[in-house]
Amino acid sequence: MTDATHHLSSPRNTATKTFRIPIWSDANWIVRIALLIGLILVVTALTAPWLAPFDPNAQSLISRLRPPIGFDRYKDGFYFGTDELGRDIFSRCIYGLRLTFALALAGAVIGLLIGGTLGLMAGIIGGMFEEIVMGLVDAQIAIPFTLIALLILAAMGSSLDVMILVLGVYGWEQYTRIVRGEVKKLIQMPFVEAARAAGATPARIAVRHILPNVVSPIVVQFTLNFSNIVILESTLSFLGLGVQPPTATLGSMVGIGRDYLPTAPWIVLAPAMVILLLTFAVQILGDWLRDKADVRLRSR
Amino acid sequence: MLTYVLRTLLRMAITLFLIVTLVFFATRLSGNPVDFVLGEGITKEDRALLIAYYGLDSSIGTQYWRYLSSVFSGEFGLSFLERRPVSEIVLERAWPSLKLLLSAVCFTLIVSIPLGILAAIYRTSIIGSVVMVIAFLGYAVPSFIIGILLVLIFAYTLNWLPVIGDGTALHFIMPTLAISGTLVAAITRFTRNAMLDVLSQDYMRTARAKGLPEWIVILKHGLRNASITLLSVVGLQIASLAAAGSVVVESIFAWPGIGDLLVRSAILRDYPVLQFGVLSVAVAVIAINAAVDIAYAFADPRIRLAKG
Repeated sequence: MTDATHHLSSPRNTATKTFRIPIWSDANWIVRIALLIGLILVVTALTAPWLAPFDPNAQSLISRLRPPIGFDRYKDGFYFGTDELGRDIFSRCIYGLRLTFALALAGAVIGLLIGGTLGLMAGIIGGMFEEIVMGLVDAQIAIPFTLIALLILAAMGSSLDVMILVLGVYGWEQYTRIVRGEVKKLIQMPFVEAARAAGATPARIAVRHILPNVVSPIVVQFTLNFSNIVILESTLSFLGLGVQPPTATLGSMVGIGRDYLPTAPWIVLAPAMVILLLTFAVQILGDWLRDKADVRLRSR
Repeated sequence: MLTYVLRTLLRMAITLFLIVTLVFFATRLSGNPVDFVLGEGITKEDRALLIAYYGLDSSIGTQYWRYLSSVFSGEFGLSFLERRPVSEIVLERAWPSLKLLLSAVCFTLIVSIPLGILAAIYRTSIIGSVVMVIAFLGYAVPSFIIGILLVLIFAYTLNWLPVIGDGTALHFIMPTLAISGTLVAAITRFTRNAMLDVLSQDYMRTARAKGLPEWIVILKHGLRNASITLLSVVGLQIASLAAAGSVVVESIFAWPGIGDLLVRSAILRDYPVLQFGVLSVAVAVIAINAAVDIAYAFADPRIRLAKG
């Protein structure tokens, strides 16, 4: 199908700027590196059980605190060294990455669903409902999220479920703001008017005519949000408020390893580097998508 | 103008009310607080007596009402662990936090405003790109990683700086840098964008055309006009970013501030301290935001002179 017929057959695309997911050839070298790193990290997380040479929680007190490959006292097979209980840091990093990914993904999707739905409803229903939702959005923006996370974690205890809840609440207000704004704009458009005149129900208008048009800002926000959620999860785990030991997440490895910082810095450095790779890659991709989606930014 | 101020204050009051309510329900839904106060080895009768004493047997609505009235009369209860008023505990911690915050904000402004101006002036050359890449990546680095790396380099490897506490001026260096990382990245970006908007204005060309030296053009005509937008963004961002950063950074460096207290009371489930701590930080952030909003309204004649 050519571009022109595509536009004709789906009038909703003419409403806003068209957005196609950018591809490899659009990217400059920094973005390509970020894409590669991202891909490697995703594959690593997915294939963790096959990739990890050791059980991440298997302790071995004879091989405690061994340094990574290339240093004195390196123990064969333990590429990143071992921690204070003799666990393989390479395997723990891989499993930690897997868990961090899973938690961040779950959190980001929940936030998107909550925030997106509220924004869509606020934009379409309007009136009192919209006032209340936007009041909540303002309040959420004004209160640092760390405080809310601390409250929830202290009240409900630290477990996997609670962590997903905390990460899921994070960032909902951004989606609500963006989606509501777009909906308010779209609802004035002739094609929505036409659908309404043709007898479409509000629910059908929301799902079939408005939702497809807010996809591009949502994709951008999701990517940017994902990197913030990774940072939030690592920070909470680092503080000892996240997933509890012995389960490894990247943040808790740094948090527990900091007691051994003077003598065995590799315990902290390996997971810290993985966190940085992850947040850099995601942040670069998010920024790139935003540039692609937002015509106004192209001149800068 | 008056309406604008009133609306800002009203929004602030609603936000405060929401956070007070959230604090109440978050801690009440987690189970019976008596179990945390007492620990094990208490008889059923004594437990029932205490529950009645604290009023925990009344309905959730009654409890909420009693909680609200005690908040408004300034009574926040005793710490479970330290057995003294939580307001006393949090107040002791306020000054160290404030000192660290001031130090971080000063550092951030001193570094990021010149960087942002440079990035705007040289936006097409290598200087601009380098500044923006650093600012961009700085935003993606969690502050606990900056903190840990600083400790590893300057304390354990080079033995230059002390790690724990707030005793001397040297103690301020690493925590300040760790909190400022994200702030510098954010404010540099805002400064650059604000300057870019101003640099393309006609009055900049006029200033150059009448023969003023370039630095006067940039600072007096450029920065001064960009500063209104900049200050409002800085004010709004700094309060919440710094609140988030100081929680982590204070606990890394055992800084005797509110952030460290919050983390500790969350882990040890000292609910009264956590409640009051969260409330005071939230109030501070919200008050700063409202003040910035109102100050911005005064600075901007479009709002100041608007009718109604």
